[in-house]
Amino acid sequence: MSGATPTRTPAPAWLRPATLADALAARAAHPDWLVVAGGTDVMVGSTRRPEPPGVLDLFGLAELSAITEGPDGLCVGAGATYAALLRHPTVRDRFPCLHEAAREVGALQIQARGTLGGNVQTSSPVGDTLPPLLALDAEVEVASAARGPRRVPYAAWITSYRKTALATDELLVAVHLPWPAPGTRQRWRKVGTRKAQAISKVMLAATARLEGDGPGRPGTIAHARVALGAVADRPVRLPTVEALLVGASPDPALAERVREAVRAAITPITDVRSTADYRREVAANLVARFVLDLAAPALPGADPGAGGAP
Amino acid sequence: MIGLGERVGASPPRVDGAAKVTGAARYVDDLQPPGCLVGRTVRSRVAHGVLRALERDPGFDWSDVTFVTAADVPGRNVVTLIEDDQPVLVPVGGTIRHHDEAVALVAAPTKEKAEAARAAVRLVVDPLPAIFTLDDALRAEVKLHGQDNVFKRFEVTRGDDVERALAACDVVVEGVYETGAQEQMYIEPQGMLAAWEGDTCHVTGSLQCPYYVHKALKVTLGLPAERVVITQAVTGGGFGGKEEYPSMIGAHAALLARAAGRPVKVVYERDEDVAATTKRHPSRVRHRLGLAKDGRMLAADVDVLFDGGAYATLTQVVLSRGVLHAAGPYRIPTVRIVGRALATNHPPHGAFRGFGAPQTTFAYERQTAKAARALGMDPVALRRLNLYRDGDVTATGQTLRGSVAAHPTLDRVVAQLEQPPPAGRRTLPQAPHVKRGRGVATYFHGSGFTGSGEERLKGQATVAVAADGVLEVRAGSTDMGQGATTTFAQIAATALDVHVSQVRVAQPSTDKVPDSGPTVASRTCMIVGGLVDQAARAVRSKLEAFAAEVGLAADDPARGDLPALARRWAAARGELAETHTYRPPAGIRWDDQTYRGDAYPVFGWAACAVDVAVDTDTWEVVVERCVHAVDVGKAINPTIVQGQIDGGTVQALGWALWESVQYREGKVLNDRMTNCIIPTAIEAPELETLLVEEPYAHGPFGAKGVGEIPMDGPGAAVASAVEDALGVAMDELPLLPEVVHRRVRAGRAGGAA
Repeated sequence: MSGATPTRTPAPAWLRPATLADALAARAAHPDWLVVAGGTDVMVGSTRRPEPPGVLDLFGLAELSAITEGPDGLCVGAGATYAALLRHPTVRDRFPCLHEAAREVGALQIQARGTLGGNVQTSSPVGDTLPPLLALDAEVEVASAARGPRRVPYAAWITSYRKTALATDELLVAVHLPWPAPGTRQRWRKVGTRKAQAISKVMLAATARLEGDGPGRPGTIAHARVALGAVADRPVRLPTVEALLVGASPDPALAERVREAVRAAITPITDVRSTADYRREVAANLVARFVLDLAAPALPGADPGAGGAP
Repeated sequence: MIGLGERVGASPPRVDGAAKVTGAARYVDDLQPPGCLVGRTVRSRVAHGVLRALERDPGFDWSDVTFVTAADVPGRNVVTLIEDDQPVLVPVGGTIRHHDEAVALVAAPTKEKAEAARAAVRLVVDPLPAIFTLDDALRAEVKLHGQDNVFKRFEVTRGDDVERALAACDVVVEGVYETGAQEQMYIEPQGMLAAWEGDTCHVTGSLQCPYYVHKALKVTLGLPAERVVITQAVTGGGFGGKEEYPSMIGAHAALLARAAGRPVKVVYERDEDVAATTKRHPSRVRHRLGLAKDGRMLAADVDVLFDGGAYATLTQVVLSRGVLHAAGPYRIPTVRIVGRALATNHPPHGAFRGFGAPQTTFAYERQTAKAARALGMDPVALRRLNLYRDGDVTATGQTLRGSVAAHPTLDRVVAQLEQPPPAGRRTLPQAPHVKRGRGVATYFHGSGFTGSGEERLKGQATVAVAADGVLEVRAGSTDMGQGATTTFAQIAATALDVHVSQVRVAQPSTDKVPDSGPTVASRTCMIVGGLVDQAARAVRSKLEAFAAEVGLAADDPARGDLPALARRWAAARGELAETHTYRPPAGIRWDDQTYRGDAYPVFGWAACAVDVAVDTDTWEVVVERCVHAVDVGKAINPTIVQGQIDGGTVQALGWALWESVQYREGKVLNDRMTNCIIPTAIEAPELETLLVEEPYAHGPFGAKGVGEIPMDGPGAAVASAVEDALGVAMDELPLLPEVVHRRVRAGRAGGAA
């Protein structure tokens, strides 16, 4: 009998560039290689996919990891982990719906490895941080060695199911979040197959700003964004619902109209995680709840009725 | 001498704990003998069909691949259990009866090569029409088993004609209750390692019942008993899922190792494990319960249907336990229970903690809740009126003689509910769209094998002075995480009056330990633990007599030092082994033909109350409180016992609210941990587990079984609580939010059931 038995075939080529310039050069040289950041999605599927010819490992690349504040908004490096988002006070204070979404992704281990850029590039219809990017009017910044950087509005980023506007020589560099107008309320709700470490069945990210509100007076909605996840082949905004909201006063009658409008706006599917019926009804309920809660006075620094779990 | 903190009734640390925490424990996948090959299984991709041919891709490099088919089985091509109907590998010309059924095996030096080889085998199959529902099985247009697709039928009757008795009742409550399949989801997937030494086959792996595998492999390999050796590796959870299936994987590994002339390890990936191995039987129970106006239960008519899957496996025994528990722990003078297990083209359903009782408990406890509402009675008061007391007679005619704790467990739950709920629990906000409700359940679970099973088994256990002078427990019962090793060590140490650390529990291996019977049926502590206690006492008296023989004075402290005496014995006389064989207590009678008599040596008893909050935006159910009182006779190690109850309770809540195995055309759709959902710590409420000790005269120190009973009742309590919250009947499990939503909408449309 022979001695120790090899249990693995040789690993694929693996590059870990030290700078963004090196990374872009490698990307241009090896467009068929798998680009990996935290690897949290890639590893789950690794036993069912053929091994890639090579791996471009961007995890921890400093130029991609920063979260920086600018005059127009916040720039989140594509390599920023969920844990980094959670630690960042500006994300917590100004973008609570993204903060909440990051908090509900996977477990602590996943949050320590997984990156916003990974979520954006994987572009799964159930990616937890994606509806917030729609609701926050985010822009995606990509770059290539040949053509330099360019920006794409997040709403135009996804071209079809799990496909994005990224060219084969480009890398995702950052996500830009414009500062929300003062007083903008944000809502995040994830309905998953359980409360933690779960894939979403329905997600809501919404923002709204009221004008003329005061004690006992809800005012009217001046600005609204309503985005849902897991109800289509990509996260979707609901313009018909937003149109109903803007200029209206948040009251039960509006909530009912909104409920109907959400039902009409989406055609979710039945799959292994949930049913079309359930998704449609729950999506409608979540948006209606957001509207009803807008009528409640805003708590300082808190999202009104952010959800049940403490 | 044993300290107070180690005796039976105290909770010394688990003897296997340090090795598991430090990673030193060796599970089957940690074992890597030189030259070991990786085995993989070629599986069917249809649920029913005739296997016409197995074609190997001629372009693939087969030079270092071992390929095994049914033609390579040296003995009989069956997994021997109750009926020999399940092949180890489907032969060419034979019938595939479920999706992911094993048809061939490959082994190669690497996982990648083995995986590629598996993919290079093509099956030529003529598909046949298949059955996936109980109704199609009953219609029997497709015949999978006999003329009627009925694997087994049991009937239990007591008292008058049940129709006449129901007609005389003031109130008759009727319902149909359905439950789904449940995956055991042990943390360690199934796996076995086989290696031949000459003409002896050694198989080591993750398993519950070494002697089941032994019995099966003798037949498959055509070998005498002494040439098959089965050893349990450290096992990461079983829950019944490693009761029968390890015989299949063990046979596969043995066949590959025989053909390859090298050791072969077959360890399942999670998806393969979920897709191919056994699960809890899906069920449909129709239940009619007749009561007097004052709440006395007078008659019950229960019709039980289980989906057995493609082969008989253990289904008839599971059905038997379901039937024997189907009338509940209630005095009911007239009872008829008919149970049938049906053949379908699902992968075989099999053993899972509770073993048929959770399904019928769900039905009778939902019925009890509905009866209380129909009568306008408090559900606790209705139960108190009907729950068994000592001396009552069960549906099978068994007179309960002692250790009946139906009332004490319910009383403990009611008292606990008057206490404030635990701090730090997860709750939903108080809001108009959040509805709340409470459900209660009371139930029982027979400890040990059904009927005359224990008498037939004649389980054995040995306590020995081993050749090296160490006091050793030898039992075929396995520790799969539930704490059997510590429990045995504590029982033996207490009986021997030595420290727990001075007792060694032998690794179960069929060439070293006797057949204690399988590690199932809430029998390990009560039956085998009792044998360990008796054998340990026998060893102790022999060693004490030996002390006198070698001339130690009566007041010499060395006479009390049993470990030292054991070493002296070993040096002078070699091994000392005391083996005890189970004998049922006097007066136990059971008739397998009429299904009458003492169904179990004794029962455990339990009561559970669950408070839920339902978010009507999402139809998610949060268990805000779960009070669970379980009678265990005597807690040998209270921490382990509470762990068993806590774990069983969460598993039951999982079955009730989250765990759903979905099939399409007989194929499991959600075969991964990301979509085959089980609860996590966040879903688990702050459990209020209460131990009740109503000692059993024939159990070690009074102990009874505890492994299964926590699984039986919380499901019904949850459903009744959700029904209480929403006013709509909740008669199926799991109550996924989608199911609650569907039932509420149907209830609104058609009026509450």
